[in-house]
Amino acid sequence: MASPETIHALATKEYPYGFSSDIAEETAPRGLSEEIVRLISRKKGEPDWMTEWRLKAYRHWLTMEEPRWANVRYGPINYQDIIYYAAPKPKGSGPKSLDEVDPEVLKMFDKLGIPLHEREKLAGVAVDAVVDSVSVATTFKKKLSEMGIVFCSFSEAVREHGDLVRRYLGTVVPANDNFFAALNSAVFSDGSFCYVPKGVRCPMELSTYFRINAADTGQFERTLIITEEGASVSYLEGCTAPKRDKNQLHAAVVELIALDDAQIKYSTVQNWYPGDKEGRGGIYNFVTKRGACRGRNSRISWTQVETGSAITWKYPSCILQGENSVGEFYSVAVVNNRQQADTGTKMIHIGKNTKSTIISKGISAGRGQNTYRGLVRIQRGAEGARNYSQCDSLLIGETCGAHTFPYLDVQNPSGQVEHEASTSKIGEDQLFYLRQRGLSPEDAVNLIVNGFCKRVFKELPMEFAVEAQKLLAVSLEGSVG
Amino acid sequence: MVAPLLEIRDLQASAGERPVLRGLTLSVRAGEVHAIMGPNGSGKSTLAHVLAGREGTKVTGGTALYQGRDLLALAPEDRAREGVFLAFQYPVEIPGVSNVYFLKAALNAIRRHRGEPEMDAADFLVHVRERARLVQMSEALLQRPVNEGFSGGEKKRNEILQMAVLDPRLSILDETDSGLDIDALKVVADGINALRRPDRAMVLITHYQRLLSYVVPDRVHVLADGQLVRSGGKELALELEERGYGFLAGNGSGGAGPGVTGPEVTG
Ligand SMILES: Nc1ncnc2c1ncn2[C@@H]1O[C@H](COP(=O)(O)OP(=O)(O)OP(=O)(O)O)[C@@H](O)[C@H]1O
Ligand SMILES: [Mg+2]
Repeated sequence: MASPETIHALATKEYPYGFSSDIAEETAPRGLSEEIVRLISRKKGEPDWMTEWRLKAYRHWLTMEEPRWANVRYGPINYQDIIYYAAPKPKGSGPKSLDEVDPEVLKMFDKLGIPLHEREKLAGVAVDAVVDSVSVATTFKKKLSEMGIVFCSFSEAVREHGDLVRRYLGTVVPANDNFFAALNSAVFSDGSFCYVPKGVRCPMELSTYFRINAADTGQFERTLIITEEGASVSYLEGCTAPKRDKNQLHAAVVELIALDDAQIKYSTVQNWYPGDKEGRGGIYNFVTKRGACRGRNSRISWTQVETGSAITWKYPSCILQGENSVGEFYSVAVVNNRQQADTGTKMIHIGKNTKSTIISKGISAGRGQNTYRGLVRIQRGAEGARNYSQCDSLLIGETCGAHTFPYLDVQNPSGQVEHEASTSKIGEDQLFYLRQRGLSPEDAVNLIVNGFCKRVFKELPMEFAVEAQKLLAVSLEGSVG
Repeated sequence: MVAPLLEIRDLQASAGERPVLRGLTLSVRAGEVHAIMGPNGSGKSTLAHVLAGREGTKVTGGTALYQGRDLLALAPEDRAREGVFLAFQYPVEIPGVSNVYFLKAALNAIRRHRGEPEMDAADFLVHVRERARLVQMSEALLQRPVNEGFSGGEKKRNEILQMAVLDPRLSILDETDSGLDIDALKVVADGINALRRPDRAMVLITHYQRLLSYVVPDRVHVLADGQLVRSGGKELALELEERGYGFLAGNGSGGAGPGVTGPEVTG
């Protein structure tokens, strides 16, 4: 997604995206109430059904408790101290074209290595850029729309493609699914929407770049991707945030829907600010991602490289409803310093001959704690379902931790489930071997880690694979003496 | 007369808590091949590790100069970049990392250190192919992950291939001939011979005369109990093959043979 030079420039010491930009922002008052929910909906010019949907989610959220079962530790979150809506002030009534986007915003994305200007556009990648609560620019829209593909901000989709949104929104992750999903459903402010019609293969990577800029805000974006019969799309998301001493909440919801013979490949490079060495600041990344393989022979692949955030809580999952449908989860999760991750997947086999693959690579360094949590359920009707899971942990140093919780629930005797797990440590002998060939200790660790993650990196689009490697190197900075 | 490439004086070192080297003296000139033989556990690998800077070994006395500089003061990677290469007795597996990728990273680290421009992927491939030909090794090993699932013999050959690619000044080969079948031994020996050069020295640690009949050494040393107890020409290896290390038992039967100089038997 960025040229090798920009990637190189980004891969400097410490968290390189920690700058904040001086963008004129419009913000809502702190705290959450029906008023705030209505305000957000009004700001977005939403139809009544959308406002009602949000309010219903909000009322439900009030009855829910924050989940505490994950293997992560953090102090109480004061939900009344968060700003739920912040938007870069548009020059006019809202950015219709790039010329209307605040130049500071464009500059910020340039600094991140993501040029939004059409004239310097990234070859073969369409980008939707989301700052704080709103989408600021989407590239290649016209070219895509000629093929019938809709790729736009979520707000725009609600206004212009309301019927599609209404038909699918909340059908994979219901508004009352869990505490954070309900919160998101009430206050989500923007995100990306993508619809690929029957028989169309999207000719380019679609990508959303999320950036939290304002202080004390939460980011609650919502992504909805629909591929109709025989359609396919590959979608990438990346994210960064400035360094701030206070924790910031990010609670996103992603819903994917694949009909007969359709395919969705969803890749994430998550690099939210992880906090400092002592664990001050950093993003709480509490995300619900789920895909529904509704059609026969459909396929949904999740690939994630999780290097950032103080706390990560996410389980991109697949509901394998259609016969012969396939779900895949490829994950690299890195924790260093005081980072904590509790991540994994759920593969719910409902249809006959459904297949799933789980490859999880957890890397722990510093005082990081890394947990894999996965569920494979083979329901009674899922004749001939199969799963293969492989969960490997790599430890760097003595003070970190790795934990694996694989849950199995096989209700059909014909189901085949295979699980492999390993925990290894970067050994002195490996390090010495590489150093004896001339590599620095840092390069030696990176090489070993990259080898460990290879199976997952292979699933990423090329540009992202390179970026992911560099990110890993930055994340593990200082993890060896 | 030029200074030796490697000059070890009265080196004392321990491995873990255990004192292993007890006053070892050895000097190796550019262009020379030295063989070090000696019973199991006598400290041969420890010597190699100390010279390469392995953590867990500790120098407790003596010196080692390399190109006139204090070798023992350098970090392991700097020794490597200065041209010290160790072919491991037990090469290590690095899963998922291809040999080529690893070697390119290593070679470029060395080149940066020398102030030379890095090689790009295309140039590197040309270089690596040329070196593979020189030591008569197939490129098949190159694409595989470093030593992962290699047979014992393949691992040893891979060490020679790496040596050929990285172009060191001083190579220490720790039992690279062990565990090789007869054909592979010939390949490895030919590889070593192909890499002999007037500006390059090699120290071969071995248990077998067989390797030395292919790679004829300038000097042969016997390491026992942490010291070089005998040194001689290539005939010493033959003698050891015939008589074993029995002479070390303390009866002095080894005596200085024809052409043998260097330290007296201390048994
Ligand atoms: N880390 C360590 N801690 C304790 N003792 C060690 C350690 N490493 C080596 N040793 C001991 O030091 C002695 C010398 O070992 P070394 O590996 O150098 O022998 P070697 O001459 O290479 O033997 P071989 O011919 O079997 O390869 C042995 O007795 C060995 O057990
Ligand atoms: Mg040995």
